[in-house]
Amino acid sequence: MSITRRIRLFEDIPMPAVTLTVNHPAGLHARPAAAFVKTAAAFPCRITVRNVHDDTPPVNAKSILSVLTLGVHQGYEIEVESQGEQAQEALDAIVNLIESNFGESE
Amino acid sequence: MQRWQGLPASDGIAIGPAWIFRPRQIQVQRRHVQDADAEWHRLETAVAQALAQLDVLAVQARAAVGEEQAAIFEAHALFLSDEELLAMLRQAIFSEHVNAEAAVEQSFEHYAALLLSLDNEYFQARAQDVRDVKRRLLRILSGCESEGAVSPSHPAVILAEDLTPSDTVQFERNKILGLCTVRGGPTSHTAILARALGVPAIVSAPLALDAIPTNATVILDGDTGEVTLNPTEEAMAQARRRQRQWLARRTKAISTAHEQAVTMDGHSVEVVANVGRIEDVQQALDMGAEGVGLFRTEFLYLDRSAMPTEEEQIQVYRQVFELLDGRPVVVRTLDIGGDKPAPYLDLAPEPNPFLGWRAIRMMDQRPDVLQAQLRALLIAAGRTDADLRIMLPLVSRLDEVRGARALLEDVRESLVKTGTPIPLRLQFGMMVETPAAALLAHHFADEVDFFSIGTNDLTQYTLAVDRTNERVAHLASPYHPAVLRLIAMTIAAAHERGKWVGLCGEFASDVLAVPILLGLGLDEFSMAPAAIPRVKEAIRHWHLPRCQEIARNVLEFPTAEAVEDYLMENMQ
Repeated sequence: MSITRRIRLFEDIPMPAVTLTVNHPAGLHARPAAAFVKTAAAFPCRITVRNVHDDTPPVNAKSILSVLTLGVHQGYEIEVESQGEQAQEALDAIVNLIESNFGESE
Repeated sequence: MQRWQGLPASDGIAIGPAWIFRPRQIQVQRRHVQDADAEWHRLETAVAQALAQLDVLAVQARAAVGEEQAAIFEAHALFLSDEELLAMLRQAIFSEHVNAEAAVEQSFEHYAALLLSLDNEYFQARAQDVRDVKRRLLRILSGCESEGAVSPSHPAVILAEDLTPSDTVQFERNKILGLCTVRGGPTSHTAILARALGVPAIVSAPLALDAIPTNATVILDGDTGEVTLNPTEEAMAQARRRQRQWLARRTKAISTAHEQAVTMDGHSVEVVANVGRIEDVQQALDMGAEGVGLFRTEFLYLDRSAMPTEEEQIQVYRQVFELLDGRPVVVRTLDIGGDKPAPYLDLAPEPNPFLGWRAIRMMDQRPDVLQAQLRALLIAAGRTDADLRIMLPLVSRLDEVRGARALLEDVRESLVKTGTPIPLRLQFGMMVETPAAALLAHHFADEVDFFSIGTNDLTQYTLAVDRTNERVAHLASPYHPAVLRLIAMTIAAAHERGKWVGLCGEFASDVLAVPILLGLGLDEFSMAPAAIPRVKEAIRHWHLPRCQEIARNVLEFPTAEAVEDYLMENMQ
C-alpha cells in the first residue's frame, strides 16, 4: 500500500490529504463503501474523496451515492482530503480503515 | 416455437407456464408548490416510512433468503440518509418549488444516470437499487402504501423486464419455478435470489414481454441461457430429459445430506435448521435437516398494527408442525426490541436496544404477549402431535425462567380444564446468549430441559462488540477463547445434569469450528438450511477423541487468531 501524506496550504487553512490504494476485492462498493462513508460521517470536518485512477473531481466522502459514482475498483488509488475540525483524526481513521482492508483480515 | 439466447445465471432446467411480472408504473406529475415547508414535511414523513419498511424487509430477508439479501435493504436505508441526496431534494423543493414526487424523481434519476454511465456491471447494477428506493418513496407519496403483493397464484416461470429486491421478496417461494429477466447481469438480484432458492435463472434475455401470453409454456435452460417459448414436442421431450438429469444430479449431491451426521468412530449428533418463515421448513427438510433447532417467530409480529390473534398464530404453528411431521422443533418465543417497529408492543426507540427492554424482559410488563404465544403453541402442538420444545430468548436471570415456566403451567392447566388437547411431548428450554447464563449454567440447568447457545449474541455480549458497528464488527469472533470457554462451561454444566445442548448461531455452520464443538460434546448443530450438507460432510471426517484433544487445547489459547491458526493446521 502506498501512502503519501502531504500538507497543502490553501488560504492558510491546512488541508491534510492522503493518497491510498484500495485493495479490497469489491473496491469501494458494497460493504467497503458503506464502511468508508460511515467512518467519514463520524467526523465533523468536510471530507472529500476522488478517484485518482480516472482523475475524477472530488466528491463528498460522507455520501454513499457520491462514493459509489466514483466507480473505484480494487487496486485503484483514491485521494482523500479533509478540512476543518478533527481533519487529521478523520484522515487517520480512514487510513486505518483502508489499511486494515476494511476490517477484514487478508 | 421461439427461442432466445440470454446469459445463464443459475443452473437447472425449468419447465412451466409463463407468468409476466409487471411492476405498477407510477406516473410523476410535476407541480409547482406554494408551501415548500409543508411539501418538505410530506417528503420527510415518506422517508421515515420508507426506512421503517426497509427495516422490516431486512429482517424478513435475513430469515428467508440470507445475509446477502438483507444487506441490500440495509444499503437502501443508507441511500435514504445520504446527505448529498437530501440536499438535492431540499434544493428542488425550496428553490425550484416543485412537489415532493418531482423532487424524488429528478434527484434519484440523477444518481441512477451517473451509476449507469460507469463501465462496470457491478456499479451499473446499483442504479437498479437507486430506482428501487425511488419507487418505494413514490409509492408511499402516492398513498398506495401496499406494494400490491404480486405473486403468481400457481407455480410458474417468472418473466420480467428486471427484478428489484423489493419485487422478488414479494414472490412466494414455492411459486417460483424459474426466473428470467430481460435486463440485469449475472450479479443482479435475480441471480442472487435464484441461486439462494436453487431455481434456474437466465438474465439479459432479449424477450419482448408484451408478445408473450400468460401461461404459455416456457423452458428455461439455466445451464446454456436458452429460453424457449411454446416448445415443439421434440424440444419438450429433450427438456424433460435434461430436467431429469439435473434433478438427479442435485438429488445425489443432497442425498448424503439426508443421512445422519456420524463421526468416523460412530459418535452421532443432530443437525437441524434455523428457520424464520413457513416456507423455509420445506427447504430445510430438502437439505437434510433432522428437525428445526431454531424457529424464529418475529415475522408473526412485524409489519402490522395489532397483535397477531391466537387463531392466526395457531394456523402458522400448525402448518410448521405438520410439515415437520413429528420431527423435533425448537420454537423461540418472541425476541423483539426497540430496534424493530411493532407499535402495539409499546416499544420505544432506545439508545442501546441490544441491552434494552426486549425478548424475555418484556414478560414483566407484557405477560399477555408471552402467554398468548405459549397458548397458541400448545394448542397447535396438541392438534398435530408435534415434538415441541419451547425456548426463551436473552435469559440472564433465574426468575425469568421461573416466571415463564409458571406462565406455561397456567396455560397448560387452563387448556386441560377446558378439555383442549395438549402435546404429549413438551420440552422447556432457554437460549444461552448472555455471559450471565453461561457462567450460571449449572443453576439454569436445574430449571430447564435444554440449552441452545446463541453464539452471535454471546460473542457480542462477552466481547462488548456491537456487531452492527462496522468499525468494531471484525472484533466479534466466536473463536475468542473467552467465548469458547463460556460454550464449554455451558455444555459441561448441562451434561452433568443430564440436559442436552444445541448451538444455533452462525458458529454452527462454520466447518472450521466443527472439531471444537464435537470435542466439547455439543448434541445439536442448528444452522441455515443451505449449510447442512456441508457441515454434515465435515462431521463425518473426524474421530471424537481427536476432537476432544483439539477442544482441550484451544481453551488454553490466548487469542482468537491463535485458535484459528491452530484449527487451520489441524483441518482434516
